[in-house]
This record gives sequence, structure tokens and C-alpha cells, in this order.
Amino acid sequence: MTSTLNPKFTFETFVVGAANRLAVTAGRTVAENPGSAYNPLFIYSGSGLGKTHLLMAIGHSAKQLAPQLNIEYLTLDEYVEAFHAAIAAGQGDAFRRRFQNVDALLVDDVQFLTNRKEMQAELLRLTEALQQAGHQIVLTSDRPPSEIADLDERLISRFSGGLVVDMGIPDYETRVAILRRKAEERGARFQPGVLETAAGIDFPNVRELMGALNRLVAYQAVNDSPINAEAARKVLGVADATAASPTAVSSTAAAGTPGPDEFSQFLTDVTVTVGKAVEAWRARVAEAVLRWEGEGYRTGRLEKLLDHDNPSAVDEAIASYIHDVERLKALEAEVGALDPQAAGDKVFRDPDRMAEAEAEAAKVRDGAAPPPAPSGAFPLDSYAGGASNDVALSAARAVIEAPGKKYNPLVLAGHSGLGKTHLLNAIGLELMKKKGAVVACLSTQAFVDELIAAIDGDRVDWWRARYRRATALLLDDIHLLAGKDRTQEELFNLFNQFLDGERQLVFTAPAHPNKLEGLEERIVSRLEGGLVAEIGDPDRAVRRTALERIFSQQKMTPDPALLDYLADRPTDSVRSLTGLVQRVSEAAAAQDQPVTAGLAREVLEGQPPAGGGGRRTTGLRTSGLVVSSAGGVRSREKMVWDWPSAADRVIEDLR
Amino acid sequence: MSLVNFTTREITCKIVYYGPGRSGKTTNLHYVYGRVPESRRGRMVSLATQTDRTLFFDFLPIDLGQISGFATRFQLYTVPGQVYYNATRRLVLQGADGVVFVGDSQARQLDENLESLQNLQSNLLEHGIDIRTVPVVMQYNKQDLPRELILTPAELDDALNFRSVPSFPADALHGQGVFETLKSISELVLKRLAAGSTA
Repeated sequence: MTSTLNPKFTFETFVVGAANRLAVTAGRTVAENPGSAYNPLFIYSGSGLGKTHLLMAIGHSAKQLAPQLNIEYLTLDEYVEAFHAAIAAGQGDAFRRRFQNVDALLVDDVQFLTNRKEMQAELLRLTEALQQAGHQIVLTSDRPPSEIADLDERLISRFSGGLVVDMGIPDYETRVAILRRKAEERGARFQPGVLETAAGIDFPNVRELMGALNRLVAYQAVNDSPINAEAARKVLGVADATAASPTAVSSTAAAGTPGPDEFSQFLTDVTVTVGKAVEAWRARVAEAVLRWEGEGYRTGRLEKLLDHDNPSAVDEAIASYIHDVERLKALEAEVGALDPQAAGDKVFRDPDRMAEAEAEAAKVRDGAAPPPAPSGAFPLDSYAGGASNDVALSAARAVIEAPGKKYNPLVLAGHSGLGKTHLLNAIGLELMKKKGAVVACLSTQAFVDELIAAIDGDRVDWWRARYRRATALLLDDIHLLAGKDRTQEELFNLFNQFLDGERQLVFTAPAHPNKLEGLEERIVSRLEGGLVAEIGDPDRAVRRTALERIFSQQKMTPDPALLDYLADRPTDSVRSLTGLVQRVSEAAAAQDQPVTAGLAREVLEGQPPAGGGGRRTTGLRTSGLVVSSAGGVRSREKMVWDWPSAADRVIEDLR
Repeated sequence: MSLVNFTTREITCKIVYYGPGRSGKTTNLHYVYGRVPESRRGRMVSLATQTDRTLFFDFLPIDLGQISGFATRFQLYTVPGQVYYNATRRLVLQGADGVVFVGDSQARQLDENLESLQNLQSNLLEHGIDIRTVPVVMQYNKQDLPRELILTPAELDDALNFRSVPSFPADALHGQGVFETLKSISELVLKRLAAGSTA
């Protein structure tokens, strides 16, 4: 990997002038005392001014003075290559050891460190190691360290920490000296004045000066007679004036010839010709390949076309390819919505594997049932509104009107039986009416169970995706999350995504979130961040509306007196009204009488009808609710055993 | 050499400026060099070494950028005009996609022109190439010289252009006809692609 030193590039052959004296002196010093004088030594100059020569001269000289020294010369490119090869071979450490053991490391063209972060890091490490071990580093570049684009600050400071010297364009005298020495090296002899003529031309670097010398040598060889100063001027003046000096170019342009845009015109012409010439179909195929490759699709099918000399139906092939790609895009988008991880599958990037892609999509599609939707049994129309749930209802309407915008999240808080679930589902149903809406509405328990099943089936991603695609998430009984850390974690993530995406969240809770136990603070604070609408005990208006609904559900038409009577009875939950109605209607059926206020009063307050159940205990007021066969009350929890005292109730009602 | 590489999407055209010594081949290249924006051109190399005298030619790479999705490059070469550099000429001709024959319009150079043209033909034959299958254009340089010294383009056409290839009067020193010639040869070379010749 390491280049050998060019034996011609020594200090002896290096012509020293004012422009490079400092660099050469520094180089000599370094060669004599590697590691102790200037470390690192950083030499920069324009192209063709002798950086490589000087670098190799340092190497030669150091080797000459101390043959046992281990000296490595290499260009940065070689260094990078060696590094990559070592890494590929798993020999990264060996590589580092190898370079840490050199006594003098000479690296050419370090300006190519631009945009090579990993190499910069590697070089930094190496520089540090070598410096600590007292080993010499010499670097060359075509610009100073601070001007190497994108170079690590630490490298800049390290490079600058030694000696940074530049070499300029040699002056006239140096140029003459260089030409003399080079001519001598080649055994060419020139008449006096010839080399001086060449040296008089303002070449930007020594390499071009060598070009001029070459030309002189060649002309002299061709002419077989010694070239004189005038001929030399002609030889170099005519040719080089146009090449090297911009003034000569402008003077030719000024000589009445076509403008400087000749090249653009030429370029346009060539472009047209190429367009026509690179057989149109090839160009089309090539363009398609470029385009789709750029978008990350496999283009094997198109590239195969190019192998043919004259394929038939090229456009059809491209069209079908594009069609396939579009289909893949659609599939990928669809799958991405369901399961972001599956969308990354490379099968969606290869139009030659359409069948597999379709199968993959179908698999995902099957797995991704939409999240549970709200129940149709709770329409918003049938929700009884009144003073007690005014806030909640108007918040619900606001949410339905502008989901995600106004109250997000909306928490419906209130104790059991007040119609939170009803309102939640009603909101869900209304939201579902919006275009493209996917409303997830379920009980927290079901949510937890689903997650557990997903973890069990190793489909958590799929489960997440299922909820992520929802436009609204409505969870009933959020307090059931208590103690379910993983679910809280997932909900927290969903929560953030929904909030970010302005998608609506609605929850129900038995109490204000800050009174719920077992919920993480971050969840609670987020719940409180929206609107917590508390629903109070049903007021009379609510009770009356609810009763009307219950009766109509049972296909009964109660007289207003009955309704008034029942509605006047205080209750702390709407649900208990169902039991009330049930009880009255059962009693009526048993006595074969129509349901009237009188009967109701008799049933609920008076002597219990025969077989009506003597459940009532004196002294302890209950809502008169008993477990009914209709299942109106499903659990003991939902039953009210204790009434507040009348005084409290009055205050409650007045609030 | 492959002119159009579909796999790497590259077009590379090698165009050789051929002609007798001092007819203005290098001048053509210098003029082009001066007109091509710096970012588009490579370093113009004029090679001459003492140790190998036969190696002596000018080389100017031009990058035309992406054309129809192809990275398009032109490589312009000149051959040494002097008679005894024939080995170099043959070497430079190798793999040429097109040839610009730069003739010297001076009447007294007519024989040199003819000789060089014959030399071109025989050198191409050495590479197994029939000159009739290679895109060639003629350029009659030095048309700026006094009338009495030069032949007119029509006369030169009669004398040299017996295959009736496109021909251009030129004054390479001042740029007259330089790009016309280059454009013409480029078109001929590129059109060969349409004929399905990609090798």
C-alpha cells in the first residue's frame, strides 16, 4: 500500500529559492531530527510547486542519516484505502499498530480529508499516538489546515501546533535555476537566452514550467539545430500565451471572432445530437432506470432491456414497470399505515417480485382489523341533557364539531351510572360520520387485554399500528389503567402522537384524574391538560328525559303524572332509573293494571305489593332498586345503597 | 473502445486532430481550451519527453456533463505532424472515434497535406480500420493568410476531399472555424451511435 520514495526526489535535486527556502530548511531539520524539531510539519502550496518532492526528500534524507528508521510515505488516498482494506479484513488494530510503529510518517495530499469524518478521526488518533511516542509526522496539502473544508477543529489545532509552512511560486531566478538543472538532467543543451526566455513566462507552477522545457527539448530535437532565444519565444510564446494567460485568450476573442459563448452553443448542439443519437429508446430506458433507481426501486427488469440490441415494445415494458411501481407504492403506503415496520420490507421496492409484495400486503391487511368502533346503541340524540351534564355535553359537541382542536383530551368524569359511556360512544359515533375517520372506542379493560394478547403473539407493532391509524381514540374507564405500567407506557406514546397530530382523545373516569390512583403522573398531567368535564348527579330534566327514553324503549306511553312522579324522585344515576321503571312496570304487569303514578307511588313508597319482595328495610333509604331480571343493574357496585341525607341533597340540587 | 457505455452511462468520444506538421492542430486545441469553462476542461497536456521522442502529443479532456442521462466526455488529441513521428501518430490514432484532418491552406504545403492524408489512411489500416468507416471532417486552416499564398476551400476540396466529407475553412489562431469543425465531427461521431454501432 505504501508508495516507495521516488529516488529522483531528493534535496539535491530540489531547487531552493526565496519562495520555498523556509519549507526546505524546515524539511531538512525534520529529516535530521525526526520527531523532535517541528512535529507535525505541515507543508502547503499550490499544485506543481514541489510538495511531493520535498516530502520524499525528507524521507530520503532521514533514511540516509539513520538507515534503521522506519519511514512510511503515502498519499492520503493510499492511507484511506489501506484503512478500508484493513477494516474490511477485520484487521483494524493491526493497521493502527503498523502506523504507530513508524518513526516518520509522510502523508501527501491531506486536503482530501474533506468530508471524511472517520478518516479524520483515525488520523487524529494516529497523530496523537505518534506525537506522544516522539515520532515525526509530515503532511502536505494544497491549502493550509484551516482552509481544508470540513476539517475537524482538533486536527486543525494539531496540525497548526507544529510548523505550517507554505511554498510559493518560484521567482524568475529560481525558475532559471530549475530549468538549467532539469535541462542538465536530460542532457539537453540550449543556447544562452533560451531558458531565460522560458523562465520569463509567468507559469503558475513548476510543472507547467517543465512542460515548456519539454517543448523546447522536443523542438530542438525536431529541428536538429540548436534553438535560439527568438525561436524559443516563438515556440513557447505562440503556444503558451493562449494556454496559460487569459489576456491572450481575450485578445483572440477581441479579434472579431465569435463570442465566448461558442462552447455553450457547442454544448447545446451536442446535447441535441446525443439526444437523437443515443437511440431514443435507450435514452428513455436509461432515464427510467435513473429515475426509479433514484427513488430506490430495483430496476433489473429495465436494465435487462438495455442488454438487447433492439428489444420490442420498449415503451410497453417501461409503462408496465411504472404501473408495477405505482402499485408497489400504493401497497407500501397501505401497509405503512397498518404496520410501519412491514412497509420497510424490500419486497415493496422490487417490481420483479409483485406477487410477493401483494401477498405481503394481504398478510398485513388481514392482520390489521380496524380498532374497535363505538357501539351503535348509544346515539347522541338519546342522551339526556340537563344542568348536571351541561358542561360535558357542550364539550362533546365542540369535540364533534372540531375534533382534536378544542378540547384534547376530553375527560368525562363522574361516578358510575351517569351516562359517561353513553356520551363517549355518542361522541365516537358522531366522529365516525366524518370522512376518513377511524374511531377507536373501547373500554380500557379491552385495551389492556388487546395489548396483552399482542405481546403474547409478538405483534405489538401491529397492535400499535392499529391504533396509530385511528383518527380518534376514546377509552372508557381510564382508571382501570392503574398499575398497568406497560399499557400506560403505550398509551402515553399514543397520547403524544394523537396530540401532535391533532387527533381527538376522549376518556371517561370515575373522578377527576388527579384523584385517580395508580396512574403515572405523566398520564394524569396529560389528562388534565385538556378539559375535564365533570358530570353531576342527574337533575330533574335529565331524569325526565331519561325516563321518557326508557319508557319508549319498553314501548310504553306513560302518563305525564307518572313521569313527573318518577322524575321527582331523586337519584344519583340515570341507570337506576331503568331499574325503577322496570320495577313499576313489573308490578303493573303482576297486578294486571296500567302503569300509573298511583301505582308507582304504591310500589315505590307504599306497602309493597304482594310478592313484590320485602327488600326494603326501614331506616335505610335506598333508591328502591333491586336486581331486576332485565339486567338493568349488572353489579353490586352499580347499586346505590346509601342515600345522602335530605339536607345534603337539597344543597346538592341547589348547586 | 466503447463509445457509449450504458451500464455506467457514459459517453466518451476520442477525437484526433491529424494533419501535416505546423498545420495548426495544437492551435485548434488551444482555442477550444480557451473557450471551455475551467470547470469543464481538464488540464491540457502537451507531452514531450527526452527519453522517448516518439511520445509527443497534445491532449485536452472536456467534460460536457450529463447529457440525456449520460456523463459525456470528449477527449481531443493531436498527433505530431512531423513525418518521423509515425509510431506516435499510430498510437494516438488507436481507438479514435473521429478524426479532424487539419490541412494547411498554403499552396506550397499541398503535397504535405496529401502525404499526411495518405499516412492517416495507412495508419488506420494498421489498426484494421477502413478510413471510409471512420467519421472524418476536413479543416482548411490558415485561410487568414494572403490570398496569393493559399488555395481556396473549393480548390482544397478538389485536391484533398475526394471522399466528400464535411469541410471547413478556418483560422484556428483566431478561432474561425474551430468550433464549427468540432461540432461537425462530434455530430458525425455521435450519429454513428444511432446506427447501433456501440463498439
